[in-house]
Amino acid sequence: MARYAMVIDTTKCVGCQDCVIACETENNVPEGYCRDWITTATSGKFPTVQLEIRSERCNHCSEPPCVTSCPTGASHIHDVGGVVLVNHDECIGCKACLASCPYDARFIHPDGYADKCTFCIHRVEKGEDPACVSVCPTHCMHFGDLDDPESEVSKLLKERKYHTNLPEAGTGPNIYYLI
Amino acid sequence: MLELTTTRHNELIDPFFHAWGWEIPVYLFLGGLVAGMMIISGYFLFSGRYKETDCSCYYLPRLSFIFLSLGMLALFLDLEHKQYVWRLYTTFRVTSPMSWGSWILILVYPVLIANMLLRLPETTKQKIPLLKKISDKMNSSHNLIRNIGVINMFLGAMLGMYTGILLSSLGARPLWSTSILWLLFLMSGLSGAAAFVHLIAKNVYERELLAKADNGFLIIELFVIMLMIIGLVVSTQVHKEAAMLLLSGRYAAVFWVFVIFIGILIPLLLQLLAVNHKIHHTPLAPILVITGGIILRFVIVYAGEYSHWFIVK
Ligand code: SF4
Ligand code: SF4
Repeated sequence: MARYAMVIDTTKCVGCQDCVIACETENNVPEGYCRDWITTATSGKFPTVQLEIRSERCNHCSEPPCVTSCPTGASHIHDVGGVVLVNHDECIGCKACLASCPYDARFIHPDGYADKCTFCIHRVEKGEDPACVSVCPTHCMHFGDLDDPESEVSKLLKERKYHTNLPEAGTGPNIYYLI
Repeated sequence: MLELTTTRHNELIDPFFHAWGWEIPVYLFLGGLVAGMMIISGYFLFSGRYKETDCSCYYLPRLSFIFLSLGMLALFLDLEHKQYVWRLYTTFRVTSPMSWGSWILILVYPVLIANMLLRLPETTKQKIPLLKKISDKMNSSHNLIRNIGVINMFLGAMLGMYTGILLSSLGARPLWSTSILWLLFLMSGLSGAAAFVHLIAKNVYERELLAKADNGFLIIELFVIMLMIIGLVVSTQVHKEAAMLLLSGRYAAVFWVFVIFIGILIPLLLQLLAVNHKIHHTPLAPILVITGGIILRFVIVYAGEYSHWFIVK
């Protein structure tokens, strides 16, 4: 069993939005929508403030509430890598999954179904990296299998400090931010 | 201090989550109202009041049928991928309250029909003799009628609870993640239904009984709202902020004026005076209760959608 994850080095990310454009191009994301985005977090008290720039998307949670709340099974965990996906022709567009995602990672595609990041599973299954990872000019994004101790992502998480977003929501997010 | 800015700009999601419009509060209100009406008419069947010719248990099922269908229409209108609606009924997802709800609704219809068959309009009896035969047969068994009453009460309670559980299962919205929401919606459904029957009942005894019952439901509802808010305020920061949306924030004016004062306190006062024969029964009180019930659903749905874990500026 594989457990796909993304590890993003926030000390290298400059918020250039290449990942956003790459995703929109690769996945034909309709104009005005995005499956990934840039969040800028400023914390602390002036003048000692800290800035973190993050490329965010669906966290492909290990305990995904979007899957448990879906009444039709359209939202599901893929057999490979624990990736959370939506079967478009099973989705009724009830928006329960949108309401259950604490990250607001989903949206309704203009064709009516729930949509979000797929970890570019169509590329990953061919042995390629997700589009966003493959274009990052600062090489701050890494994709791989956490169940493989020799994978780049496993090693990075062993060597570096990191955080996830909203671990307190209890969904088990699989996007890790190196700090 | 933490300040977040995002480049995300998805429709229905940003700047704050607002995926559910008027359809869901209307669906939840009508579902709750029908739940209350089923419990009341079920109780009248069970307790033998059905022997009275003007018992409301004979026309409530017909009205419930119409209200439930309108509620389901509202739900259908909210779906974004309408052509696949049938997918709801090709599977049962035990973890999804919405799946439970769609199957409960399917069970409710035959029970309402069974209830309607007990008292058929004369024209229907003449036109469809088979229905008359079934109706006569049903009416000959006191036990069967009592059992229909029990099933009505049971399914009505399930339906009323489900309308609250649907929201409280969505932990991503702090205002909804309170395990008491099912009780609030069940009580509000019961008080709305009691008010509605009070408003339309032909039988004076029923009107008096339901005004008294409604006072009880309103007091419990007020108590449940209080417990819900206390539960949120003593929880995490995000839950506290969610409660503040109702107490002093964005939705406070509507909550205090329309839900608490106009929807609960004023009708409670009017009905207490009426049942103690200080004033005459007035249709104003039940109308206010019903209005408050509708607005409660809107406030809870909208404020819940607005409540969030992240503070995005
Ligand atoms: S981030 Fe949201 S959409 Fe993605 S798996 Fe987690 S709960 Fe589901
Ligand atoms: S919108 Fe689609 S994927 Fe989301 S819960 Fe409803 S049916 Fe499932």
